Amino acid sequence: MTESTPTKAADPALDGPADTLEPPPARIHGWRAAWRELVKAPLTGKIGLVIVLVYIFTAIFAPVLAPYGETEVVGKQFQQWSSAHPLGTDNLGRDVLTRMIYGARNTVGVTFLTTCLTFVIGAATGLLAAAVGGWTDQMLSRIVDVLMAIPLLIFALLLLTIFGTSIPMLVLIVAVLESTRVFRLTRAVGMNIVVMDYVEVAKLRGEGLGWVMGREVLPNILSPLFAEFGLRFCFIFLLISALSFLGLGLQPPTADWGSMVRENAILITFGDFTPLLPAAAIAVLTIAVNLIVDWFLHKTSGLRDDH
Amino acid sequence: MTTNGNSGPAEPLLQIRGLRIEGQSQEIWQEIVKGIDLTLQRGEILGLIGESGAGKSTIGLAALAFARGGCRITGGEVIFDGEDLLKLPERRRRAYRGKRIAYVAQSAAAAFNPAHRLIDQYIETAVTHGVMSEKQARQEAVELYRQLQLPDPETFGQRYPHQVSGGQLQRAMVATAMACKPDLLVFDEPTTALDVTTQIEVLAAIKDTVRKYDTAAIYITHDLAVVAQLADRIMVLRYGELVEEGNTRELLENPRKSYTRKLLAVRGLRKDEERGETSLLTISNISAAYARSAMVLRDVSIRVPEGRTVAVVGESGSGKSTLARVITGLLPPLEGSISLRDQVLPATLSARNKDTLRRVQMIYQLPDTALNPRQRVRDIIGRPLQFYLGLTGRKRRERVKELLEMTELDERYLDRYPAELSGGQKQRVCIARALAAEPDLIICDEVTSALDQLVAEHVLRLLLRLQRELKVSYLFITHDLATVNAIADDVVVMCEGRIVEQGPKTEVFTPPHEDYTQILLDSVPEMDPDWLDRVLEERKTVPAA
Repeated sequence: MTESTPTKAADPALDGPADTLEPPPARIHGWRAAWRELVKAPLTGKIGLVIVLVYIFTAIFAPVLAPYGETEVVGKQFQQWSSAHPLGTDNLGRDVLTRMIYGARNTVGVTFLTTCLTFVIGAATGLLAAAVGGWTDQMLSRIVDVLMAIPLLIFALLLLTIFGTSIPMLVLIVAVLESTRVFRLTRAVGMNIVVMDYVEVAKLRGEGLGWVMGREVLPNILSPLFAEFGLRFCFIFLLISALSFLGLGLQPPTADWGSMVRENAILITFGDFTPLLPAAAIAVLTIAVNLIVDWFLHKTSGLRDDH
Repeated sequence: MTTNGNSGPAEPLLQIRGLRIEGQSQEIWQEIVKGIDLTLQRGEILGLIGESGAGKSTIGLAALAFARGGCRITGGEVIFDGEDLLKLPERRRRAYRGKRIAYVAQSAAAAFNPAHRLIDQYIETAVTHGVMSEKQARQEAVELYRQLQLPDPETFGQRYPHQVSGGQLQRAMVATAMACKPDLLVFDEPTTALDVTTQIEVLAAIKDTVRKYDTAAIYITHDLAVVAQLADRIMVLRYGELVEEGNTRELLENPRKSYTRKLLAVRGLRKDEERGETSLLTISNISAAYARSAMVLRDVSIRVPEGRTVAVVGESGSGKSTLARVITGLLPPLEGSISLRDQVLPATLSARNKDTLRRVQMIYQLPDTALNPRQRVRDIIGRPLQFYLGLTGRKRRERVKELLEMTELDERYLDRYPAELSGGQKQRVCIARALAAEPDLIICDEVTSALDQLVAEHVLRLLLRLQRELKVSYLFITHDLATVNAIADDVVVMCEGRIVEQGPKTEVFTPPHEDYTQILLDSVPEMDPDWLDRVLEERKTVPAA
C-alpha cells in the first residue's frame, strides 16, 4: 500500500554524509538588504527617518540655510512675524528663524557627541563588569548605584555649578551621569552572553579580556545597545535642553533651543507662541527618534520570535 | 491489541488527507510538508519518525489544526471524528484542543508555567472547557498521578514545576494532557531530553496510561527504538514526505526502503578496542565541589592512553561534565592532581601557559552555543591558528581550508555565519576549531546527543578517522551507551560523583556488572517491540537483591 507513494527525495543524498547538503542560497548583503529593509519599514518608521534626516540636513547646512548670522542683531526686539523675519526677532533683536536653524546644529551636535561618549563609557564599564564579574562587577555596580541614587537633573546642576559651564564640561558631566543607565543595560545583556559556551571556548583558548569583551560579547549585544542609543539620545537631548533652559547648559550667545525658550518666554504672556517653536522642535525630534527605535526594536525582537 | 484489522470499516478517529504546510525561512515560503496522508483508528498508536526537518512536529501540531509561527497550512484536510478542522473557524477549533485532542511537548520544563502549582495547571484545561468541576478535576488528578506512578499522588500536585525531577515533570505533563480524557494525544519527543534510566519510566507510564484509557496517540520521535515500544504502526518521514509506512513489527523486520534500513542500523557502529600503552592524561584522586555546595566529584582517578578514547558514562548529575571543567582548569579541584604526559598541570586556568592550553581542547554538546553567531567560519577556525601557531595571511587561509577538508566540509562554507549551517555542519566546525590547535587531548562533552542519529553517526565516524590519522586522544563524555560502543576503548561509569566501574570496554560491558552499570545497560532501548515489556517484567520478577 505504501508503494503508491513516490519517495524520490529519499535516496540520492544518502551516499554522502547526511549533513553536508547543498548550501542555502547566499544572503543578500550590504546596501541592497538595507534598501529592502527600508522599503518594508512601517509608515511610522519612515516618517521618523524623514524627520531625522531633515534635522541632520538643517544642522549640516545651517550657514547656507539661515538668512542671517547666528548672533547678528538685525532689528528691534520682539518684532512680529514679517517677510524679512519669518519668525520675528528675539529679546536682543536677533532673527528667530536663524537662531532656530543654528540651534539645530548646536543642540543636536552637542547631544550626539554626548550620547556617543555616554556609550563609550557605559558600554566599556558594563562589558568589563559582565566579563570579569566578581569584585570588579561589585565595585562598578555599587559606584553606579551611588550615582543613580541622586536625581539626575539636580546632580547635573550641582556638578555644573562646581566645575563651571563650558561645553566640554557639559558633555563630560552629562555623559558620565547618563552612562550609568547604559552600564546597567550592557551589563545585563552582557551577562547573558558571557555564560555562552563560545565565550568559555575563548577563555579556554587563553584569550585576553580585551578579546573576550570586544570580539565575543560586544558583537552579540549590539542590537539592544543600538536601540538604547536612540532612547538615550532623546533623554540626553531633553536633559541638555533643560539645563540650557535653567541657564547651565549651552551658554549665550550660542543659539540653543533650550535657552531660546527661556530667553523669549515672556512673549507667551502676550499670546505669541513663537517661544514655543524651539520646544516643538525638541518634541518633534524626540518623537521621530522614538519612531525609529520602535521600528528597530520591533525588527530585532521579531527575528527572535521565530520558534 | 490494535483496533484496526478485521473489526470492520469503522470510521477512523483522525484522517489527514493531502496535508501541505509551508514554512517561512528568510522571507521565502517553502513547502515543508508535502502532501501527507494519515489515518488513525480509535485507540491506535501511530509513530511518526524522522530526522529534524522531516516535518514530523509540524504534522503533529496540524492534527490540532494548528500551525506554529512562521508556518501556514496551505492545503489538505484534517478530519477529526467526521469534521474537517481546517474548515472550522479558530473559535470552534479551540473547543477541540485540550479537550478532545491534547498535546505533550518535548520540554515539560518549558511548557509548565513556573509560577503555578502543577495541580492548578492540571485543572485549568478541564475547567475552562467546562468538562468537570474543579473539585472533580482535583480528584481525577490524584488518580492519574497514581496511574503515572508519580510519588505521593495525593500531594504531588501541590508542588511547583521546579520542585520535581525532569522525568516526573514529563509525566505530570502527560497527566495534564489527559485531564479531559481526550480521544487523541500528540506526543512530541516526550523522552528525548531525559536520561535513559528516566526515559524507561516515562515510556512505561505513557504506555500503561494510553492503554488503560484506550486513547489514540501520535508519537513523534527521531528514535526508532523508542517508538517501537509504543506504536502499533510507524510512518517514516523525510523532507516532509512519507518514506515508508507499516505495522511496527513488519517495518522493523522487513524495511522496504534503504532510508529505513539506515535508521535501523544506526546503533550498529562499533569500534574494536585497543590497549594504549603510554598514558597521556592522568587524573589522580580528584575531588571537587562548586562553592559552598556538596561534593560533585569524589576521589576520581582516570588514565587516558595516548591515541585512545576513554568514555565517561553516567546520568545527568553524575559529575561527568564537572570532570571536564576540572581538567580544563575552569574549576580548580579541592584535592588531587592532573598531569599531561609527565607534566603536572596547574590547577587554575590563569596559571596555565599558552602551550598547555593548546594541548587540551574541548568540543561542546550544543554547537549552537559553542559558536559565536557573529563570527564567520573562517574566523572561528582561523583564530586558534593565529593565536597558538602564529599563522596569518595566506598560510592561515590555506590551513583553514585544509581543516575544513579534514572535517568533510566544503570550502564554500568559509564565509558562512553559524546560523547558516545545519546542526551537523556546526559540530564539524567545532571539531575543526579544536583540531586547529593541534591538541593532544580533545574533551568531547556529549558531542552527538544534540544531533540526529544519522548525522551523529557521521560525526562519530569522522572522529574515529581523525583519531587514526592524527593520534589524538579523546575523553568522551556521554550518557548514550550506543555512542560508547561506537567510539570508546576504555569505559568509566560514574554515579553521583564517584567512579562505579572502569576498565576496557568489553570488560565493563560483559557480566558480571556492578548494579548501576546493569541498570544503565538495561535502560538502553533496543530495536525490539517487546523490549520494554520484557525489561519491566524482569524488574518486577527480580527485585533488587
